Amino acid sequence: MEEFPLLSVLIFLPIVGALFVLTIQGEKEAVARNARYVGLWTAFANFLLSLILWFKFDQTTSNFQFIEYNLWMPEVGIAYHLGIDGISMLFVILTTFLTPICILASWYAITEHVREYMVAFLILETFMIGMFCALDLILFYIFFEAVLIPMFIIIGIWGGSNRVYAAFKLFLYTLLGSVLMLLAMLAMYFDAGTTNIIKLFEHSFPFNLQIWMWLAFLASFAVKVPMWPVHTWLPDAHVEAPTAGSVILAGVLLKFGGYGFLRFSLPLMPDASIMFAPLIFILSVIAVIYTSLIALAQEDMKKLIAYSSIAHMGFVTAGIFSFTVQGIEGAIYQMLSHGVVSAALFLIVGVIYDRIHTRDINAYGGLVNRMPMYSIIFMVFLLASVGLPGTGGFIGEILVLIGVFQVNAWIGALLATGLILGAAYMLYLYRRIIFGQLTKDTLAYISDVSLRETIIFTPLIIITLIMGIYPALVLDVIRVSVANIIQNINVSLSHSTVTF
Amino acid sequence: MASDYLPNLVPALPELFLVCTVLALLMFGLFQKGGDEDTNTSVSRTISMLSIVSLVLTMLLVAMVSGSRTVIFSNMFVTDNNVVYLKFLLLIGSILTILLSQAFLERHGTARFEYAIFIIFATLGMMLMLSANDLLGLYVGIEMQSLSLYVIASFHKDDKRSAEAGLKYFVLGAVASGLLLYGSSLVYGFSGTTNFEKLHELFVISKPGNGVIIGMVFILAGLAFKVSAVPFHMWTPDVYEGAPTPVTAFFAVSAKIAAVGIFLRIMMGPFSALVINWQGIIILISICSMILGSIAAINQQNIKRLMAYSSIGHIGYALIGLAAANLTGIRGVLTYLAIYLVMNIGAFACILCIRKGGKMLENINDFSGLAKTHPFLATATATFMFSLAGIPPLAGFFGKFYIFLGAIEAELYMLAIIGVLTSVIGAFYYLRIIKIMYFSEPIEQLDLPFDTELRGIILITGLLVALFFIYPTPLISAAETAANALLTF
Repeated sequence: MEEFPLLSVLIFLPIVGALFVLTIQGEKEAVARNARYVGLWTAFANFLLSLILWFKFDQTTSNFQFIEYNLWMPEVGIAYHLGIDGISMLFVILTTFLTPICILASWYAITEHVREYMVAFLILETFMIGMFCALDLILFYIFFEAVLIPMFIIIGIWGGSNRVYAAFKLFLYTLLGSVLMLLAMLAMYFDAGTTNIIKLFEHSFPFNLQIWMWLAFLASFAVKVPMWPVHTWLPDAHVEAPTAGSVILAGVLLKFGGYGFLRFSLPLMPDASIMFAPLIFILSVIAVIYTSLIALAQEDMKKLIAYSSIAHMGFVTAGIFSFTVQGIEGAIYQMLSHGVVSAALFLIVGVIYDRIHTRDINAYGGLVNRMPMYSIIFMVFLLASVGLPGTGGFIGEILVLIGVFQVNAWIGALLATGLILGAAYMLYLYRRIIFGQLTKDTLAYISDVSLRETIIFTPLIIITLIMGIYPALVLDVIRVSVANIIQNINVSLSHSTVTF
Repeated sequence: MASDYLPNLVPALPELFLVCTVLALLMFGLFQKGGDEDTNTSVSRTISMLSIVSLVLTMLLVAMVSGSRTVIFSNMFVTDNNVVYLKFLLLIGSILTILLSQAFLERHGTARFEYAIFIIFATLGMMLMLSANDLLGLYVGIEMQSLSLYVIASFHKDDKRSAEAGLKYFVLGAVASGLLLYGSSLVYGFSGTTNFEKLHELFVISKPGNGVIIGMVFILAGLAFKVSAVPFHMWTPDVYEGAPTPVTAFFAVSAKIAAVGIFLRIMMGPFSALVINWQGIIILISICSMILGSIAAINQQNIKRLMAYSSIGHIGYALIGLAAANLTGIRGVLTYLAIYLVMNIGAFACILCIRKGGKMLENINDFSGLAKTHPFLATATATFMFSLAGIPPLAGFFGKFYIFLGAIEAELYMLAIIGVLTSVIGAFYYLRIIKIMYFSEPIEQLDLPFDTELRGIILITGLLVALFFIYPTPLISAAETAANALLTF
């Protein structure tokens, strides 16, 4: 019996929703309202569908599941080939989970061109899910790069005052990295004779080619992660993007890089990965310490959180290239928890930005007096961000540190300072916004979180706490896949001690 | 049918048909033409319609003669699947050009029936050029298309810019033709033949002397002029800017397709054994074209000049496939040409919509806020720009993809890297147009409604560009057949 193409449905349902949104006609107000509802329900339905993946997923195998295979360009052997393992499944669910939240978050914030906004967001969701499910190099590349189009438009049209600069920077930085990756993919195709990722796993590339390929992939993923020194597009993009744009950027798009390392660099170019691991360690340490220090000096809330994202991503890259079970599991865990927590932090900024229309930290102070609920919610995510035990952030960071300490204690120690700095800038931010006397006139009538906002934050809080208290829920899913990666790498590691 | 006295005419049937119809149309137009403007306009309308019909019929005939390679007229004229594929593309380009033109010409008071006639003559020249199997046949075809193009470049004879464009194109084109002819004579002088097949056999057997190489370089320079590759590109921005906009579209599409097609045939045909000698030259002009095309376009304010530089850059990409000199590369170029045709016609149709008070607006700032005032047009233009920039999943990406595939297979890594880097620079100016349309406030109130033909063309080409990824196989396998035909010379 033909299996139900669940992944294809997940990928293309948002497009169908977008087509529906496009057909909405009528008065401006009515169009906006209907577009919002169609967008929300489509995204929510997609989330429910993606939960089927979770329940039907077989945790005992590292093989890809829910596979779909249709030859697409037979001349080159490129196929529409989908499938997920434990790692990609979690990212798919993260995407479908965050998209309805984003739509809900922009309910009142977006008043112009609502219909187009919903279309852009739904198309973006399609591309993101497609990227995580793709099992063909070229298919992966197409989704990976296509994401730029809706993102460019979202930032460019609905962004802040300097949005054009930010949108161009995002687009050109990312494009520059990914075109080099495309060439590496073509080189892989000619060496292995296939673009099928599963078959590529069994192919071993010559060491010389691996080095070039690895660098080309790094060019692409380093920009996406982003790693120091190619991180400068991120603060701009975050600051100028509308709240929902920042959420999806921090929540999902930044994970493309880490996911790419795990899916391509480690399994396909193990020797080059081992060779370049020290480079990644150094870049990660710089990212963690340098961007944390920058975050301390920020006056703009979104910029501060953007820099903190770069620091958290430093943990991810260090964890991945420790080649230990804990390191890689921690990196994935960190990506997921950061996906939820940083998304929540941007939403938190969005709440007060919608009311006062400034992101300047100095414009706030003493909010606890008028917004007690808000202060509590903020506190939860703040603690998750600094990695307090009991929240998702803690598990990821501690696992990464365990992994890295096994490889190099110095790097581990330096990374750990990031935790302290993280606590410093986040608590400093919290103190300046929430505590103190409410002295500013502009804040005198500010209202606490509304019902809609509570609905947005509730699932985020629940997930953050569950991830902190019961990590096995996630770790069980990724265990076999991670073990598979480690096993591959170990073969190369033992091999490399012989040859070097 | 073929006897000793009557040559086999079947392979040349499309050309014969077209030449008879165009002469008939010319006579018809001459006798119908009256003294006043209204008669002229209605005659030109009729002739346009009839031209489109005859071009469509020619396409059918071209489809009929497709198949294995046939050579007729004492080895002067050839048809094979490659020729058929390219003729198909350029006929589509010519049909769309005539469709784009009619309303434009009427608005500018220059709706003369000669316009369509010249387009057909140019098309005929291109078809002859593609079918050439001899350096002399090639020259005759090139001259026939060039002379027609010179005339329609200056079709707005009262407009200084148009007249200047025609003159410039004529003078420089004549120089290029001279180079080509000189090269041909050198090749003939040192090898004793002008026939492609005989040249091929000669060069395979023994390496030719320097005289032939120099002759080949001259021919190459002449062709590089026709495709407007750097450093023979100087005429392009001026001519593109000065010529009436539909004519510019014709230059950018049909003329380019024909020129690239014959470029492929000559390099992969008679001179295929000399690949070591010409590969370096092609790589160099390809790199120069890509770099100049992407950097020079950044500061352009005139949309037609911008499209001129964009086309120079695109020729650079197409030449990558030729430089690869393998089946994958040639298939890439042929795929690219088809996609390029659709994108460019669409983009020019969008440009033609930007007018106010009956006059064309050509400054890119006139696109300001188009997304607010004309969302359909803005979406379409954005699609074409993203596609020209080569962003997946739009068609332009696949065009570039297949070309780079050829380059990597031929291990031209440096060329491929420069290619992708310049495409990032190029993305900047395409994005700039999108930025102006979407992120700026409207300043101009454009004329409404847009012409029906334009809307139809924009819709169809836009859908083709956006949805190409769903089923790319027909085009790619057609291009593969065509490339195979070219390589089994």
